[in-house]
Amino acid sequence: MAIAIAVIVLALGSILFFFFSPWSLTPLASNWGAIDDTIHITLWVTGAVFVAVNLFLAYVIIRYRYHKQRRSHYEPENKKLEAWLTGLTTIGIAGLLAPGLLVWGSFVSPPEEAHEVEVVGQQWHWSFRFPGEDGRFGAVHNRHISDDNPFGMIDDPAGQDDVLVESPRLVLPVDRPVRMVLRSKDVLHNFKVANFRAKMDMLPGQTSYFWFTPTEVGEYEIVCAQLCGIAHFAMRGRVEVVEEEAFEEWLAGQPTHAELAAREPPDPQAGEGHYATCAACHGREGQGNPDLNAPKLAGLEGWYLERQLELFRNGARGTHDDDTFGQQMRPFAASLPDRQAVTDIAAYIEALPDEPVEASLTGNAERGARLYRTCGSCHGNEGQGIRATNAPRLAGMPDWYLARQLQNFREGVRGRHSEDPYGNQMVDMAQMLVNEQAVDDVVAYIMTLPRAGQVLAAVNPSGEEE
Amino acid sequence: MTISLVFLAVLMLVFGGWLFSHSINVRPWEAQSEATPAEGITNRASHLPLYFTAARVGLVVFLAVVTAVFALTISAYLMRMEMGPDWRPLPTPGLLWLNTASLVLGSVALQRAWAAAKKGNDQVLRRCLMLGGGLTIAFILGQGVVWWQLHDAGYYLAGNPANAFFFLMTALHALHLLGGLVAWGRTLRKVQRGASAVEVRASVELCALYWHFLLLVWAILFALVLST
Amino acid sequence: MAEHGQESASYAAAGDLEEMELVHPRTFIGKYIWSQDAKVIAIQYGLTAMAIGLVALVLSILMRLQLGFPGVFSLIDPSSYLQYVSMHGMIMVVYLLTALFLGGFGNYLIPLMCGTRDMAFPYLNMLSFWFYLVSVLILVAGFFVPGGATGAGWTLYPPQAISPGTPGADGGVLLMFVSLIVFIAGFTMGGLNYIVTVLQARAQGMTLMRLPLTIWGIFMATVMALLAFPALLVAVLMMMCDMLLGTSFFMPEMLTLGEQSAHEGGSPLLFQHLFWFFGHPEVYIVALPAFGIVSDILATHARKNIFGYRMMVWAIIIIGVLSFVVWAHHMFVSGMNPYFGFLFATTTLIIAVPTAIKVYNWVLTLWKGNIHLTVPMLFAIGFIFTFVNGGLSGLFLGNVTVDVPLADTYFVVGHFHMVMAVAPVLVVFGAIYHWYPKITGRMLDDTLGKIHFWVTFLGAYAIFYPMHFLGFAGVPRRYYAYGETGYIADSVQALNAFISVAAIIVALTQLIFFFNLVWSYYRGRESGPNPWQATTLEWQTAHTPPRHGNFGERLPVVYRWAYDYGVPGAKQDYLPQNMPPEEVEAASDDAEADGEVRP
Repeated sequence: MAIAIAVIVLALGSILFFFFSPWSLTPLASNWGAIDDTIHITLWVTGAVFVAVNLFLAYVIIRYRYHKQRRSHYEPENKKLEAWLTGLTTIGIAGLLAPGLLVWGSFVSPPEEAHEVEVVGQQWHWSFRFPGEDGRFGAVHNRHISDDNPFGMIDDPAGQDDVLVESPRLVLPVDRPVRMVLRSKDVLHNFKVANFRAKMDMLPGQTSYFWFTPTEVGEYEIVCAQLCGIAHFAMRGRVEVVEEEAFEEWLAGQPTHAELAAREPPDPQAGEGHYATCAACHGREGQGNPDLNAPKLAGLEGWYLERQLELFRNGARGTHDDDTFGQQMRPFAASLPDRQAVTDIAAYIEALPDEPVEASLTGNAERGARLYRTCGSCHGNEGQGIRATNAPRLAGMPDWYLARQLQNFREGVRGRHSEDPYGNQMVDMAQMLVNEQAVDDVVAYIMTLPRAGQVLAAVNPSGEEE
Repeated sequence: MTISLVFLAVLMLVFGGWLFSHSINVRPWEAQSEATPAEGITNRASHLPLYFTAARVGLVVFLAVVTAVFALTISAYLMRMEMGPDWRPLPTPGLLWLNTASLVLGSVALQRAWAAAKKGNDQVLRRCLMLGGGLTIAFILGQGVVWWQLHDAGYYLAGNPANAFFFLMTALHALHLLGGLVAWGRTLRKVQRGASAVEVRASVELCALYWHFLLLVWAILFALVLST
Repeated sequence: MAEHGQESASYAAAGDLEEMELVHPRTFIGKYIWSQDAKVIAIQYGLTAMAIGLVALVLSILMRLQLGFPGVFSLIDPSSYLQYVSMHGMIMVVYLLTALFLGGFGNYLIPLMCGTRDMAFPYLNMLSFWFYLVSVLILVAGFFVPGGATGAGWTLYPPQAISPGTPGADGGVLLMFVSLIVFIAGFTMGGLNYIVTVLQARAQGMTLMRLPLTIWGIFMATVMALLAFPALLVAVLMMMCDMLLGTSFFMPEMLTLGEQSAHEGGSPLLFQHLFWFFGHPEVYIVALPAFGIVSDILATHARKNIFGYRMMVWAIIIIGVLSFVVWAHHMFVSGMNPYFGFLFATTTLIIAVPTAIKVYNWVLTLWKGNIHLTVPMLFAIGFIFTFVNGGLSGLFLGNVTVDVPLADTYFVVGHFHMVMAVAPVLVVFGAIYHWYPKITGRMLDDTLGKIHFWVTFLGAYAIFYPMHFLGFAGVPRRYYAYGETGYIADSVQALNAFISVAAIIVALTQLIFFFNLVWSYYRGRESGPNPWQATTLEWQTAHTPPRHGNFGERLPVVYRWAYDYGVPGAKQDYLPQNMPPEEVEAASDDAEADGEVRP
């Protein structure tokens, strides 16, 4: 008896749960209302069958529960009943399948007027490419990818006007169909924006596609939906859907391949001039000063310094209430006149001699080594920093500074700003450090890594791309 | 996947047809007072004609599994060939023809061994058995030489998918032959120790059937390599 | 009890049988370690599978701890989380369920239910277990090599599985490959046995259409496994070449940790095709034996013949065959040619028809029955409920358009756990409660069994049903933590915590089951040879537990199908398969022999 009641309660409870639970489809923001319709058709049909079968089951259990006097009815087959049931099921299935196939028909055929965006996935980062004026993408190949050529562009006239968007932030015009062309630099990824419904895997060595029309202005989160390694969960990006004019304006502000290639190399000489202000706290040689809470700068990569200065300048870093030292840094960064000054100063600092630092914290390096496995996937097993994964060098940096920043990431004091995608990623990753002890341990391990004055020689002399 | 699916379809058709013949017009719920075996079946248990001994059925099932392995490999070969523009066919060393000939002769020898075992001719059985195995070993060694020749000529395993598939398929085939040689070795040892033809008849028969099968597999693989 | 059934039923005379030569060892080691007795091998398989299953259960709890309470357990970092995910999946699908259903139940039940003394090739059968054990040990060794076990997901998709930076890409994944190869070799040996025994060694009178559905399920699952595992074998071999010899079957030009790799031109999709060519039939390799077993449990405990036996057999066959042509429904959003979607959505939904028929027939078997709500019956009903739920959610994922937003979300996790984890595991439990008396001669404790059932059934539903809703909300799977994802509501975290608590309770309840297994072995009520009054041959053995050789002096002769419960005209409530029609006692004047009832 209890089982029959359980079956009834569970069957009806499941239906009630569907109606009253707060978890349901995200608000639709694309043309794929038809996909939602197929989901709803399936829900209604399967829900009805679910309730019907289970209520009947419960009825049978109650009606035909054990009774001493009764013998069961002997009926090996009932061809008519079986034929009916088979027929009805087939009709039901066909009813589910038909709309599915119909919608799939439009899913696989993007409209003629759709514009194209290429999404490039890599471990654990998104970047985007627009075909530019000529409407054609230049040829690319994974073999050609390097720090200088992150998109793997091949020398192709069609590629010169391709607009390259390196940060994981995409802007799309509302109400214009877009065909997303997907590829990957390394493992499999999947470009997913829940509100758009459509998604597709991204493969290295070939392209895939899907299309949709954004219908709601707003900002949406891109997540990766195909297991791509340990930072899979932290592979995030943003799509902003805006009005047509705003989109055109944004697109015009993004550099083309040709523009990037023609960019002036930075001028360390000019950078030296700007550095005079910095030297007061960070030291003449960029060696840092713990008493003033000014970290060491020497030994950091130019691209990283440039990125952080930019973040300070536009308020994506150093604006959190609890980030006292970040707030101190902001006005200095803001005083730099322009982008060129940032590049120059970064180039100057990059060339400063890298001196070893003393350890000041006590953590358990052995335990830290286990934790560092995760860090090493982006920052390199030697903590040398990897340009391709946008991860700066850690080895040779002062431990007090590393520990403070890890704390800041953990608490969301640094990296939460929506303009700081790499900071976002660090916030996610720093969640694995469950307490201060874990932070100290991993920093202690980083202090044991070879101080990589040697590695500096390998730094790319041009180092000018964004 | 077409090749694998065709193989599966054929297999399932045979199986389904056989089952159909056993289930059509059968009312399973009807009891029979006399457990009468169907016509032509004398073995009490099998419901299969006597010809199908457990060992034979076992071998057939195993051959189906091996066929699946090769069918899938060939499917992968064809799919990979279509997928990449980087497919560069490799030359066919003349030695392959010689190897093929020795495998054919090996198969023939084992067939004769089987015939001799049926007739009870110990002498011929032993000679043919040894010849069959020897020719097979020659085949495997020959395949090794082909590998070495290709490698020497710059067709490295990792160089091109065509090379990789050639090495993979020949290795898989040779591995199956080596497995067969283990069974062959055990049979031969029995014969050397003076077992009579009747005692080893079943083993020799299984060896012969397995060899014919692997010869067929080789013929298909070789044809595939030649034609692509 | 030893002589039970000898008088009332028919056995073939010893003389006219082609007797098998059985190896009768005398030592303890010979009897229980290097045993060639299918029943001992079955128990070896069963215990090993349960042991490794416990490891996977612990892994799942670790995963749930991280998901329910992120940032609390320092032991679990992103790499180890993915390692738990991957190993949990692979162990549960291959090393627990496949091994338990085919190696465990297959070995125990095939010879007994078919009415033969042992498997066709006992020595090969023994080897099969030892290969399995070695494969399990190699798999477990993966946890202890530097870098740990593989964290590439149980699907082992390249390039990820073997590219540097993936957890376990140094050694763990290689051990996984080797372990799988050994497992497949071992399984092939066992599988040959199951097939040949069913085809070749059935008792006199045991026609194909008289086989219990358990045997049909196991037989078809074995056929499928023998044909599907080669796909995994080939895929694994090719990936090993890519990893160790530098070939490029699956590995394209790509970057690893910012460096160019040496590979060129390989196709990751090729692997996915091969993998799912194995992977989808694998789902049914697990499901079909469960279908078969549950049919027999339902019939026995409802005292009623299975409804539509022939339809049931054909449904098993058709599901088995169709499952080979639906594999790409796992790849609707994989980036393969999207036009395949039409074909594979259609084949996938067609497979729902025979599956639905099975469900109808189970319920119709209960209809007008006389239902004893024993523990096995409870598990069987729990199975029907769970399977209906999981089967229906399959209609979402199989229908290509609906799949697009739901793929790679928790909807998928909820669906496949419901349909191929909870449902078959409920059958495993039901089957153990059902056959334990035959295996040990004692009943499992009823009260403990009921507690076990209720917590497991309700708990599992509480774990996996809400997951579907996480899927609707777009929560992606295989995430270590969700952090602050804009579109994911905070209440999702609360739900995750609830699911985790439910999972821990269900996991702990399994201790009751294991306690019951051990306690009842020594203290359980003696069961007698046929406590459920079942018709199939394993309940008609001369001894309980059956000795080596299964049946006494003579093998049984079969006169009827396995479902003669409540036969009209017969006085007995049930007629064992080996009961000759002459011995059926008439119930009343107009009684006729059975077999007269027409649908």
